[in-house]
Amino acid sequence: MAATTAAVSSYRASWWSRHQREVIPYLYIAPFFILFVVFGIFPILYSFWMSLFKGLGLGPKTFYGLGNYIYLFQDPRYARAFWNTVYFTLASIFVLSPLALLLALAIQSVFVAPRWRGFYRLVFFLPVVTSAVIIAVLFARVFDQRYGLLNQFLAGVERWFAGIGLTGIVLQHDWLRDRALVFGFPFLQPLVTNNVPVIGDIIKAGTIVLTALFLMNIWNFIGINSLYWTAGLNSIDHELYEAAAIDGAGRWQRFWYITWPLLRPMTLFIVIQAIAGSFALFAQPFLLTGGGPADATLTLSLYLYLQGFSVGNFGYANAIGYSMAVVTLALSLLNLWLFREQEQQAIPTVR
Amino acid sequence: MATGTAVEVRPAARGAQRPLPLGRITATVVINAVLLILVAATLIPYLFMWTSAFKQNSEIFTSPIVWWPKNPTLKNMTDLFTLFPNAWRWYVNTAVVAVVRTALGVFLAALAGFAFAKYTFKFKNALFILMLATSLIPFWVTVVPLFIEIVWLRWFNTYLAVIVPNAVGAFAIFWMRQYAMTVPDELLDAARIDGASEWQLFWRVALPILMPGLAVLAILGFTGAWNDFFWPLLVLTDTSMWLVNVAVAALVGPYDYQYGILLSAATLGSIPVIIVFLFFQRQLITGLTSGAFKGI
Repeated sequence: MAATTAAVSSYRASWWSRHQREVIPYLYIAPFFILFVVFGIFPILYSFWMSLFKGLGLGPKTFYGLGNYIYLFQDPRYARAFWNTVYFTLASIFVLSPLALLLALAIQSVFVAPRWRGFYRLVFFLPVVTSAVIIAVLFARVFDQRYGLLNQFLAGVERWFAGIGLTGIVLQHDWLRDRALVFGFPFLQPLVTNNVPVIGDIIKAGTIVLTALFLMNIWNFIGINSLYWTAGLNSIDHELYEAAAIDGAGRWQRFWYITWPLLRPMTLFIVIQAIAGSFALFAQPFLLTGGGPADATLTLSLYLYLQGFSVGNFGYANAIGYSMAVVTLALSLLNLWLFREQEQQAIPTVR
Repeated sequence: MATGTAVEVRPAARGAQRPLPLGRITATVVINAVLLILVAATLIPYLFMWTSAFKQNSEIFTSPIVWWPKNPTLKNMTDLFTLFPNAWRWYVNTAVVAVVRTALGVFLAALAGFAFAKYTFKFKNALFILMLATSLIPFWVTVVPLFIEIVWLRWFNTYLAVIVPNAVGAFAIFWMRQYAMTVPDELLDAARIDGASEWQLFWRVALPILMPGLAVLAILGFTGAWNDFFWPLLVLTDTSMWLVNVAVAALVGPYDYQYGILLSAATLGSIPVIIVFLFFQRQLITGLTSGAFKGI
C-alpha cells in the first residue's frame, strides 16, 4: 500500500516536473481572472439585470423593463448632471491640457536650469498624491466667501486696481454658491433663453461654482498632465529639431510641424484621461457643494451615488452607471481604433 | 535623455542679429518667476492647512489671514483623539489596507505580467487582450452590485472589502509585462538547466530584475490605496473601521465649527503619503516620464 502511494506520488512529481512549464502560466494569471469574474463580470451582468427593476434598496422590486433607461431622457436632474460633466470634460480637454503642455514646455525649456526641473515637477506632482478628500478640505478654506484665501487675495488685487484708478472691478465671488454664468455674454443669451440644444446646455452648465471646481481640478491635475506631455516630448527624436533648424525652421514652425504631430498619441491618451477623470469627479462636489446650489455642480457619478445610496433606487442608479459606461466605452474604443496602427501602444492610467 | 527639446533657442539664420543674451536672460527670469508663482499657488493651501492644525479656531477664520499661529497649540490634535477615542485606528486601518493591497496587487501583477511576457501558452493573446479590455469597464457601472455582493459575502465593514475587489488591475499587469520582457530568455533557460523549478525562476531570477518596475507600481498603488475614498465610504461605515479619508469626510459637516480638529485629522492623513512620495519621487517621476512610454 505504502509502495503504491510512493509510486503514485513519484509519478505525480514527474508529471509536474514535465508539465510545469505549460501549466504554471495559467496559475500565474489565474488570480487576476478569478477576481475579474467575481468582482467584474458578475457585477456587470447583475447591474444590467437590476437596472430592469423598480424598487427601493433590497426591498421588493417590480419588473420595469427599459423604464429606467427611458426615464434617463426625461429626468431634468440627469440632464443637468450630464451637461455639467460635458462642460467639465470640455474644459479639461481645451483648457487644462493645453496649460499642462505649456507647463511641460516651460519646465523642459533651456531657460530652466536642469537641476530646477526636478523641483518644479516634484511640487506640481504633490496634489496628485494628495487625496481628493484632503483637497476638498483645503479648497473649502480657499473658496470660502469671507475668510477664503482666494477672496482675500482678490480683495488685494481689487485694491491695487482701485489704487491705479480702475474702480468698480469685482473679482471676489461666493465661489461655492454663485450660479452666475461665466460665459454670460449678452450675445450668447439667446442660446440660453431659447434652450438651443447642446450649445445652450453647455453654456448653462458653465456657472461660477462649477468653474471654481474646475479651477481646483487645474490645481490638482496639471502636474500629472504635464508629466504625460513631458513623456511625449522625451520620446521625440532630438535630431529632428536639429535638422529642422538647419533648414531654417523657426521655433513656432518646429513646434507646429514636428512637436505637435509627434505628440498625437500622447494627446489622445491625455484626452481619454480627461474624459475618465471628469466622469469620475465625485469627492470634490460631494464634500464642497453636495452637488448644489440647485444642482449646479451635480456630476453623473455624484448623481449615481445619490440615487443609489441616498434614495436607494438601485435600478435607476445602475441605469445611470450603464449610461456612463456606454459613453466612456465608446470613447475608449474610439481611442483604440485611432491607435490601431501603432501596435502595443502604452495606455497607462494613473489614479 | 533628450532635454530642452521643443523651445530650444538657437541662433537661427534669420535671428542671428538679435541681441540674444539679453532676450535669454529676460526669458529665464520671466519663465522662472511664473513657475515660482505657480509653485507658491500649489504650496500655499498645504501650508495653510498644516499651520492651521496648530492654530486656535479664532486664527483660522480671520481677515487678514494669519499665516503662522501666534500661540501654537496641540489642542486640536488632543481634542481629535479625546472626541474620537478610536481615531488612531483610522490611521492604522489606512496603513494596513494600503500596505496589504499594494503588496498583493504588485505580487499578482508581477506573476501575471511575467507569465504574459515569458511563457507561450494556449489562448495567450486572447487572454491578454481580454485582460486589457477589462480596463475599459468603468467602475461606476459595477458599484451598486459590487456593494450588494460585499453584503452577501459578509465582507461589509471588513478589510477584505477594500483590499480584494480591486487588488490587481489591467494596467499593473501590462506595466509588469513590459518590464518582464527585458528579462533575458537565456538567463531563464540557464536557470532551468541548473535544475531550478518554474517557481524559482520567478522568485529568484526574474523578481530581482523586475524590482524597478515593481517600485513604481508599488508607489502608485500605495498612494492610490491611501487616497481611495468612494469605495471605502460605501463599505466601511463603522467608525472603528474607517479609513482616514472617510473619517475626514465625515468630520467636514458636523465639525465645521471646530475646524482645527478637522484640519488636524486632514494634516495627519496627508503627511504619510507625501513622505512616501518624497522618498520615492525620483524613481516615480523618471519611471513615468521615460521607461514605460518609450519604445513600447
